Amino acid sequence: MIRKPLRPLARILEARERGENPDAIERENRRLRHEDMRDRARSRAEGRLLMLAVMFFCAFSVIGARMGMLAASEPEEPRAQASGHSIIASRADIVDRRGRVLATNMETHSLYAHPQQMVEPERAARELARIFPDLEEERLLKDFSGDRKFLWVKRKLSPEQMQAVHDIGEPGLLFGPREMRLYPNGALASHVLGGAGFGREGVHSAEVVGTAGIEKFHDDLLRDPAREGAPLELSLDLSVQAAAERVLHAGMVMMNARGAASVLMDVQTGEIISIVSLPDFDPNDRPNPPTQGLPSDSPLFNRAVQGVYELGSTFKILTAAQAMDLGLVGPQTVIDTSPPFKVGGFRIGEFDNKNYGKATVEQIIVKSSNRGTGKMALAIGPTRQQEFLKSMGLFDPVPLEIVEARGGKPLIPQRWGDLSTVTISYGHGISTSPLHLAAAYAAIANGGILVKPTLLKQAGPVSGTRVMSPEAAEASRVMLRKVVTEGTASFAEVPGYHIGGKTGTADKPKEKGGGYYKDKVIATFAAIFPAHAPRYALVVTLDEPVETSGEKPRRTAGWTAVPVAAEMVTRIAPLLGLRPDYRDPLEQTLTSTSE
Amino acid sequence: MTEMVYGTVPVKPGEAVLPRWWRTVDRWSLSCILMLFGAGLLLGLAASPPLAERNGLAPFHYVQRQAFFGGMALIALFLTSMMSPVMVRRLSVLGFLVAFVALALLPFLGTDFGKGAVRWYGLGFASVQPSEFLKPLFVIVVAWMMAAAQDLGGPPGRLWSFFLMVAIVLMLAMQPDFGQAALVLFGWGVMWFVGGAPMLLLIGLAGLVVLGGTFAYSNSEHFARRIDGFLSPEVDPTTQLGYATNAIREGGFFGVGVGEGQVKWSLPDAHTDFIIAVAAEEYGLILVLVIIALYTTVVVRSLVRLMRERDPFIRLAGTGLCAMVGVQAMINMGVAVRLLPAKGMTLPFVSYGGSSLIATGIAVGMLLAFTRSRPQGEIGDILRGRGR
Repeated sequence: MIRKPLRPLARILEARERGENPDAIERENRRLRHEDMRDRARSRAEGRLLMLAVMFFCAFSVIGARMGMLAASEPEEPRAQASGHSIIASRADIVDRRGRVLATNMETHSLYAHPQQMVEPERAARELARIFPDLEEERLLKDFSGDRKFLWVKRKLSPEQMQAVHDIGEPGLLFGPREMRLYPNGALASHVLGGAGFGREGVHSAEVVGTAGIEKFHDDLLRDPAREGAPLELSLDLSVQAAAERVLHAGMVMMNARGAASVLMDVQTGEIISIVSLPDFDPNDRPNPPTQGLPSDSPLFNRAVQGVYELGSTFKILTAAQAMDLGLVGPQTVIDTSPPFKVGGFRIGEFDNKNYGKATVEQIIVKSSNRGTGKMALAIGPTRQQEFLKSMGLFDPVPLEIVEARGGKPLIPQRWGDLSTVTISYGHGISTSPLHLAAAYAAIANGGILVKPTLLKQAGPVSGTRVMSPEAAEASRVMLRKVVTEGTASFAEVPGYHIGGKTGTADKPKEKGGGYYKDKVIATFAAIFPAHAPRYALVVTLDEPVETSGEKPRRTAGWTAVPVAAEMVTRIAPLLGLRPDYRDPLEQTLTSTSE
Repeated sequence: MTEMVYGTVPVKPGEAVLPRWWRTVDRWSLSCILMLFGAGLLLGLAASPPLAERNGLAPFHYVQRQAFFGGMALIALFLTSMMSPVMVRRLSVLGFLVAFVALALLPFLGTDFGKGAVRWYGLGFASVQPSEFLKPLFVIVVAWMMAAAQDLGGPPGRLWSFFLMVAIVLMLAMQPDFGQAALVLFGWGVMWFVGGAPMLLLIGLAGLVVLGGTFAYSNSEHFARRIDGFLSPEVDPTTQLGYATNAIREGGFFGVGVGEGQVKWSLPDAHTDFIIAVAAEEYGLILVLVIIALYTTVVVRSLVRLMRERDPFIRLAGTGLCAMVGVQAMINMGVAVRLLPAKGMTLPFVSYGGSSLIATGIAVGMLLAFTRSRPQGEIGDILRGRGR
């Protein structure tokens, strides 16, 4: 910018020559420059003021328009009531495979108070304490007479209680509609369903959220408005589940067990038809998690899924199946099972120090020989054994659709040497859940394909991974049947249903480590039925059973878990629609394979 | 002869005060302002009886007080608007010094009336909020400084006014009174803008405001709660905002009828911050639109008249006053319709409150004094412009 100097030298000199005061020239120039500046400032201000005026006009117009829009809209809800509309209270029902309701919702009301609007807080507190014995009058009065503007009094009311509160006539006591989760069958399938509680709560409604079990696992699905309330269909069969629970409970009492679990699984689809863990609880009134004692003693603990136990000799058939699958042995291969058999300096013994001598693989399974199974396992070797058991899903938690399933992670040895290989071959040194075992037996039963256990109803047979050849599976099935007809599980002979299975009696490891209890066992019977064309796999586990009808207490699975399982099959097989068949199963096996 | 004997008759230079005032004052704005005062009284009749009842006073106690203060405010308005701009400036600078000292002494001598912010001096019969008076006087002082800075060889007025503004904003924020602080900041910003602020610096200032807001948000629970309430999509109907929104909805276009409104019984601030909600409920959208139109007329007319003003001081001072009043009204109504976060700010002329009323009266009186028609040398400008 070129600025005109205030005292241009030429003019100053000129003025001096004429004898004028040169300061006048400076003043003149200063005035001109000042006026120029003012004009520029003014024109600039003019534009900016116009901008301001337009901005103000627009802002006021927007406010006016917004007022108009608000005034034109209807008042959505009466004032002083909360906006709960954003809380979606709907939750889909849960039904069993035949559409019978397992979990549904019930309309109820909650009770809340606006103490500032109360007319007679003392009377309200007294009356409320009378209606609800669990409320304390002093506490209520303290809440009602303080500065609080709002408080919940009761989350759920019965209609009678609601009427009684209504009759108090206190304007400061208000009701909010609620949907509550209702499990009409009580404790039935409680470990599957889990339970539900309230999430975000508004005066108008409250979220019902799953707190455990499939309610929590499929919480989003159940609350998905896009499903329009379509019920969640489970694979469970309500009547089978009820029968299984009754039988298992009776068995648990009769065998003096601390707990019991059973799993019934469709071997083709992996559907869990019934899954029971005792003791159980009522999901309508879910108990709090225990603060002392072992969590596994709580009724909340799902023994069938979360409980990992050494399941003992039931694993022997897995070893035999793998050995046959690998072609190392056939059913009639003879193995010397006589002592001594030492692995890594440990002597491997038999139950009751028996000696089975030279025995075929079939006899080893039927008689449940530890040494025979151990020798087969040594032939297989640790690496192949690990690969096989891993492929059977015995190293990872079962991906069942309940949140607790993640807790059922099998315990496997860190160092897997020859000794581990031998003990694991007969079910010691590895801890899995009964559900794991059921899935493994289902693979044997359906011809060697591992299917994923599921709690959701499946449309048809599902694909799985092949874990052994059909021939090995077939031979294993024959052996399992012989265990019942000739071996340790003779109590499992239910006429017409041809159960095949394997017993397992494992000493319980001490909780604090350091060996095993002598008089505490986990007795398991893992079964498939009907043995010639298996449709279901059943695992029954009793925790510390003892059968005292004989001269000395008997704890083996053959005396405890097997009779319970047999009774269970007797009761549930008709419910499952299985026709009893009184022909000889072994003969049928031969005909069915020759077909 | 007579003159030789008795001396000449003293001739008054110029016109008499009142006729000249009437001829030159912006009569449209004046009538709009008088109508707003009227609306304030009308709404006071509707909104203040519940408050009087709560405080155990006669139902129209607050209306009487409002009328009394309104009268005082009108007198102040008329007197101020008759002054010459130079007179306004001199008195304002003096008044500003008093108000500034009063504001500075608030933490030691003021009371908070149990509202959590020390903003008032209790005077027995009434309470005075110095910040209300400080605002318009501050505008005049800043305009004076900025105008002086435009002279060749003048003082660095912009810098001085900036430091003054920062000091006042800090004092207000400490009370805490973020609303008034924001108004002061905004008024200064508008004057700076009209006074020829470089655009780049303006953008920088906007950034600073955002930063300051963030700081206040993270450090003041009082402030954060209000912003959170604004940002949450659904309005909790048990808050003041919820009541206000519902009241506007209930009112619809023609209102529920005089005295039939319910919102005034539930809102503690029905007579001040949310008086527009009372208006909307009882008299409907009609009255609200009329009130908005009145504010718009005053603000836009004043700004347009100031566009022709050639005196930088008058231009800046008028702009600052006009913007402050306009923005205060805008914020108050914007909050009620949830366009802006909840901020307790009175509706000028309409809300109840002695300090606010009188201070607004003085402010608008000064604005009217500045927007009076006076020779602007228009012909001369044009001729000079052509002559170049």
